[in-house]
Amino acid sequence: MTRPRYVARSTAIAARALGEETMVMSATNSMLFTLDEIASVIWESADGVTPLEQIVADKICTQYDVTLDVALQDAEALVKGLAEHGILLLSDEPLAFSGRSHKETP
Amino acid sequence: MSGLAAEMTAKALKMGIPLSVQLDLTYRCNERCVHCYLDHHDHGEMTTTEIKDLLDQMAEAGVFYLTLSGGEILMRRDFFEILEHARARTFCVKLKTNGVLLREAEAERVRALGVESVQISVYSHRPEVHDAITKMPGSLRQSIEAARLLRRHGLHVVLSNVLMVHNVRDYHGVKALAAELGAQFLMDPTITPMMDGDRSILALNVDEAALREVFRNEEVAGNVEEFCAPPRSFDEEDLDMLPCSAGHTACYVSPYGDVYPCVQFPLPSGNVRRTKFADIWRDSPQLKEVRSITLGDMPTCSRCTHGKTCTRCPGLAFMEGNMRGPSHQDCEKSYARTGIACENLQAKKAARQPLPSGPLVQIQIWQPAPCTMPANAPDSHGVDAGLR
Ligand code: SF4
Ligand code: SF4
Repeated sequence: MTRPRYVARSTAIAARALGEETMVMSATNSMLFTLDEIASVIWESADGVTPLEQIVADKICTQYDVTLDVALQDAEALVKGLAEHGILLLSDEPLAFSGRSHKETP
Repeated sequence: MSGLAAEMTAKALKMGIPLSVQLDLTYRCNERCVHCYLDHHDHGEMTTTEIKDLLDQMAEAGVFYLTLSGGEILMRRDFFEILEHARARTFCVKLKTNGVLLREAEAERVRALGVESVQISVYSHRPEVHDAITKMPGSLRQSIEAARLLRRHGLHVVLSNVLMVHNVRDYHGVKALAAELGAQFLMDPTITPMMDGDRSILALNVDEAALREVFRNEEVAGNVEEFCAPPRSFDEEDLDMLPCSAGHTACYVSPYGDVYPCVQFPLPSGNVRRTKFADIWRDSPQLKEVRSITLGDMPTCSRCTHGKTCTRCPGLAFMEGNMRGPSHQDCEKSYARTGIACENLQAKKAARQPLPSGPLVQIQIWQPAPCTMPANAPDSHGVDAGLR
């Protein structure tokens, strides 16, 4: 898969927002990651059904001074990196919802 | 603690976020350990619904590390319902158990739910010693079997070894057992007072000579030269620093909903049945008082020759009657490490006044247990992986 179209948070993680950042820990190897503000936006929106391009267009390009092409390229690199550590799932097809966002109210 | 975890803790401290909570689900237990501080009767534990609501509140407040402990957590029939809820709220969950009730099905569920680690208490590698401490025949075999099962499922297992007069020679055996199981070994050399403030149980603490031997054992203490280095007092600029994470980025909640700065700091600070968790965390006068204390506010310890190298626990100091005062047990530990007695210890020895065995402070139900801070936190007691 060269262009991941759908992204979903893995259930094998622990995560919490800390200010604008997000702490994410892999449950498989206890590796800790922090996502910066922009990465956190993508993480929050990774519901498995919204295409990555739409997330970038709606949530990144409307908030930051960046073109869709550039932002999408960065987002793809980010999600591939996170997928390598098993904390995000990538697919060409929509994914079943994987986990609830830590920001959602109960 | 990794650099990143330390950075996150520093950020949480700045933002006033309770990053780490130990929640005891029950004080009931199937073992009756000789050093246990608990009243094992159920005085009205929080219900499943109350605990789930509390977990929602804690997630909202920013809690990331959640330690579920007891008593024995598997004594609660709703344990997996609670764990499932905690993981759905994406906490990083650590479990503390004796493992006796853990079988294949439980191990599989713990793994499937993505628990970060499971800590199992093992007092000795010899059944006659371990089972005499737990007062439960067969308990060592069952605890080891649980550890094996969990390891087989790929879980991070920690064998926790509390040092006391009964098992003072057995930590080598437990460490070897941990290595054989592929588990981490953690030793706690401190027995803390009972939940009603009764200090008679402190008689189970090992003596200074035994403590010195443990502290000089490379296998346990790591870099002995560093761990037992000559004492250093605080520099002027250290005096603004905070004593530990209790009440700053961490707290403890009992099965009855009582909130304390730490599991080892029984200062009642509110109850989640009456007040929202976030409101207690933010507004409790007791937590505010704990937060206000810097090293400079501790008249004895700030001037002590051991100040910088001591592992002083404010909770233990509180149980001795003054949260700003020294903790006698830590004075003893500093002495055992360095061979140099601090002034407080010298004065106590000279006065030949043993600590009273009766309650020094009146406290509510609580359970002292190892520090709630994430392992290897900068302000944790351990100098190396193995020793707290
Ligand atoms: S056990 Fe650790 S965190 Fe708790 S009060 Fe003592 S030093 Fe602080
Ligand atoms: S607890 Fe004792 S040894 Fe430690 S700093 Fe205070 S007086 Fe010194």
